[in-house]
Amino acid sequence: MSVEVRVPTILRSHTGGQKLVKGEGETLAELFDSLDADNAGLKGRIVTDENTLHRFVNVYINDEDVRFIGGLEAKLSDGDSVTILPAVAGGM
Amino acid sequence: MSRFNDITELTGATPLVGLPRLSPSPEVRLWAKLEGQNPTGSVKDRVAAKMIAAAEADGLLTPGATILEPTSGNTGIAVAMLARRKGYNLIAVMPENTSLERRQLLTAFGAQIVFSPAAGGSNAAVAKAREIAKEQPDWVMLNQYANPANEAAHYEGTGPEILADLPGITHFVAGLGTTATLMGAGRYIKEHAPEVQVVAAEPRYGELVYGLRNLDEGFVPELYDEKVLDRRLSVGTEDALRRTREVLASEGLFVGLSTGAVLHAGLALAREAERAGRSADIALLVADGGWKYLSTGAYSDGLDDAANALDGQVWA
Repeated sequence: MSVEVRVPTILRSHTGGQKLVKGEGETLAELFDSLDADNAGLKGRIVTDENTLHRFVNVYINDEDVRFIGGLEAKLSDGDSVTILPAVAGGM
Repeated sequence: MSRFNDITELTGATPLVGLPRLSPSPEVRLWAKLEGQNPTGSVKDRVAAKMIAAAEADGLLTPGATILEPTSGNTGIAVAMLARRKGYNLIAVMPENTSLERRQLLTAFGAQIVFSPAAGGSNAAVAKAREIAKEQPDWVMLNQYANPANEAAHYEGTGPEILADLPGITHFVAGLGTTATLMGAGRYIKEHAPEVQVVAAEPRYGELVYGLRNLDEGFVPELYDEKVLDRRLSVGTEDALRRTREVLASEGLFVGLSTGAVLHAGLALAREAERAGRSADIALLVADGGWKYLSTGAYSDGLDDAANALDGQVWA
């Protein structure tokens, strides 16, 4: 199944400048593995050696923050859109 | 009794009003807590009062002191009003990509503004304030992202008020900025009604705001505790804008853009409850009214134009 992934400016050095890349996988972990083949180093910026998300990276499946729906084991469906964003301070 | 000794006594005890026209059914209801009714027009009056009182009690703030605070507007405006009353100076460090009215209000209340670069949004404001704090050790940084008094204002005020007005609450939705509203009110509500879902509506800004130089410049507020939340929903500029207009058109409620994001998340929860055949009472936190965003065209321009204009702004 194919999933669209939005990559923030700061990580586009791993995608040849592409804002939108496609990957495959039943889970988020599988998706990041599949992306790493064509986008060397991308996974390493998002996932730590301990297999958790980097503290300053947020990942969303459609609109849901994945940390609340299973983290890297979150399930993907065909046509889902995944968004990666750096953690920034909100308005206040 | 609607007589008060001075304006500061009007902080808190805000009304909770139903949104019957937007609610999908009599069993699935949306409620709005109108924080725009506070003295300077936002939820931040609660926070400013509590943080300043705590700093005074700790002996940090003494007459004539200078307060330094990174803010995208509302906190700065609330602190500025109290600072003026109490004889403190305020230096507000604010991203340059914030609305005109916020600058005007800060100036009106006597604050001095130091601008931080647009790229990086509030992260840049926090970084700049920290730099200035190093050069000016006598200035007092309230540091709303880490100040326990910020969360306490919601644990002691916002949370109990919501639960008292809506004992059957099933969901509490608020915007995610310093995270203190969700942390404080969310914690209180869950302690007393563990089944309630606490849901964050996180604004998804345009790319400029995420323009960090490297990931280590990322920022998670010290107050943030993931365990208080059940879900965190990301809401884009256009959806927030659309909902801001929708609640104005259908309910006559004139709210700021962060409320559009909160409403978008709240309506998604309402639809889920309806589909599952469950009843729901969903409390939405309305952080401010729409007044400070008029100049952005959010309420008057075409939807696409307004969304484009807001794209690079820290709109919530």
